Amino acid sequence: MTPEHYIVLAVVLFSIGLVGTIARKNLFVVYMSIEMMLNSINLVLAAFSRTNGTEDGGIIAIFMIGVIAAEAVVFLAMIISLFKLKKSVNSDDFSLLKQRGA
Amino acid sequence: MENMILWLILLPFISATVIGLIYVFFDKSKKATGIYTFLGIMFPVVSCILAFMVVSNVGEDDKIIATAFNWLALGDFHIEMSFLVDRLSAVMISFITFIGTLIHIYAAGYMRGDEGFGKFFAFFNLFLGSMLVLVLAANPIIMFIGWELVGLVSYLLVGFYFKDPENMVAANKAFIANRVGDFGFIIGLGVLFVSMDVTSFDFATIEANFMQIDNGTLALIGIMLFVGAMGKSAQIPLYVWLPDAMAGPTPVSALIHAATMVTAGVYMVARFGFLYNEIPDVGLFIASIGAASALLAALIATYQTDIKKILAYSTMSQLGYMFVAVGLGAYSFGIFHVFTHAFFKALLFMGAGAVIIALHHEQNIFKMGRMKVFTPYIAVIMLVGTLAISGIPPFAGFFSKDAILIEAFATGHYVIWAIGSVTAFLTAFYMFRLYFIVFVSDMGNDIHVHYVSKYMKIPLFFLAIGSAFAGFLNLNGAYHGNLLFSDYINLPDMIGHVSHALEYSLGGLNVLIASAGIYFAYKKFVLGERPTEPVGDTPWRKLAVNKFLVDEFYDAILVRPVVALSDNLKKIVDKGFVDAIINISSSGLMILSEMFGKLHNGKVRYYAFYILVGVSMISLTILFNGGV
Repeated sequence: MTPEHYIVLAVVLFSIGLVGTIARKNLFVVYMSIEMMLNSINLVLAAFSRTNGTEDGGIIAIFMIGVIAAEAVVFLAMIISLFKLKKSVNSDDFSLLKQRGA
Repeated sequence: MENMILWLILLPFISATVIGLIYVFFDKSKKATGIYTFLGIMFPVVSCILAFMVVSNVGEDDKIIATAFNWLALGDFHIEMSFLVDRLSAVMISFITFIGTLIHIYAAGYMRGDEGFGKFFAFFNLFLGSMLVLVLAANPIIMFIGWELVGLVSYLLVGFYFKDPENMVAANKAFIANRVGDFGFIIGLGVLFVSMDVTSFDFATIEANFMQIDNGTLALIGIMLFVGAMGKSAQIPLYVWLPDAMAGPTPVSALIHAATMVTAGVYMVARFGFLYNEIPDVGLFIASIGAASALLAALIATYQTDIKKILAYSTMSQLGYMFVAVGLGAYSFGIFHVFTHAFFKALLFMGAGAVIIALHHEQNIFKMGRMKVFTPYIAVIMLVGTLAISGIPPFAGFFSKDAILIEAFATGHYVIWAIGSVTAFLTAFYMFRLYFIVFVSDMGNDIHVHYVSKYMKIPLFFLAIGSAFAGFLNLNGAYHGNLLFSDYINLPDMIGHVSHALEYSLGGLNVLIASAGIYFAYKKFVLGERPTEPVGDTPWRKLAVNKFLVDEFYDAILVRPVVALSDNLKKIVDKGFVDAIINISSSGLMILSEMFGKLHNGKVRYYAFYILVGVSMISLTILFNGGV
């Protein structure tokens, strides 16, 4: 296993997350896609940490997982609030900021 | 002495400001007539006394410069707010302030009870002050300031009864016709300035340096300056404002025609006399314009019915004589005619104003008649003025006009002399036509005379004395004088000489011509059947009654093309071109904003995509540039 393998995997994960974020409408899927992108970055950090033989990247990855966990709380709570508002988890239903008439 | 000169100029401005402030801010009921009369007359009186003190102290070759402050300093070049007193300007200010003061006193009677009394005196004092600036200016720039101020105040005063739109039209006409002239004046000054290499621009510097300029440019300068004079002094072709300016109150007409404004052009040419002496061809042009104006105005005056308009045209005619004099190089004769004219024209206007007041603001002479019975004092006064302007000795007008005609004859300009003589005949005719119709003949009108106040009568007396005797100040050799006035004001005159015998015969001829004019007027308007208003029954009369259609002509060749042009510009260029550009750019903006608005659809995944695009672009840039 060379670092390239990890990085290729991370790129694949990131791309899947990106497409999911942009192309899907379901807020849960969008959320999961974002998480996937974040985790692909974590993977890269861990891989470089291992390659360089230092623990810097791993520590950052641990911190990020902590932050992501906290973020999950906020994000899920937001989705619930949005659902209460419109009885929907379709992101296209929440378009109050669009240009009028467009 | 310097301080005296500065105060003399400043005083009318101070009183104008004070009166204006009181009128606008403190006098709500507009009834504080006493204060206005006191301030409005006191300051000109003080100015007049100062002017007399100045004139009695100025020596033959004195050129006293009173500098108020340095106005402009551009490197080496500087223009000072300074005033020049030599004998020419000293004489001018003394009679301007003297006659101006008399007109102020008269105005206090004439304007009594008018709501704008305070405003009137503020403007009046401003007028006097502006004229003093013009006359005393030590450089042409300051002169131009006075020149413009005079134009401005004349606009304000002609449009004094501003509630009548016709008066505002007249005021605008005066202002615009003067602007045309002023444009010429400023071009003349500009050319004069750029063609000399000097560090200051006062008259002395110009006189010392103007020989640097070649003759062609000098002629251009002379003509352009004279265009300014045409506007201000109402000569062909810019005279049209003068008769219309009669829309103002009568004292305004008296002030414009006698002491201020119209004499500015003659004064300016005399002031630049050293320059005009080098370009006699331009001088001849000036004299020809003057002669033509004199004749044209006299012809028009013969058919007018409005007492003030007759006097207005007579002013234009007399100004024509003055330009004949200054054009032929006899500057002092021109200024002397300005001087005598100031007396009898102020007298005639103020007498006419008194008649107008006595007849409840009636101005048509054919609605007057037999006024010598009702207002004998004014009839006598007016007779003096009429004799003076007609050129009957020993009244003032005879000597000043005679000198000009002899000058024209002596320098060999026989055509100008002949035109001048014909004009003299017409002058006597139309002035006595006015006199006989208003004061002597029974016009069959029912006359009820209104009270004429003392304020209006007393100044007339002084002016009558001036009109009767001022001519003796400049008797020539033939009349056992020694040109006292001409000697005194010491201008660069080029006077032609003829033998005494010829002078006597020319003078006698003038008297004969004037008497013939009076005789014809007497025969037609006193002995003949009751005169009626002139009507245009023959082609000639039609032309003359309609003032030779000059206004209509200007309307056709100047006003209407401009109006049509601006109409078409509005329709074609403005609508089709300017608006089109604006509309294209604004509708382009609308389309663009519509397009960008589509991007802003409120769907979060699109926004995420935009972020992706943005980040990608930044990343690509960094990659291709090889680092941050």
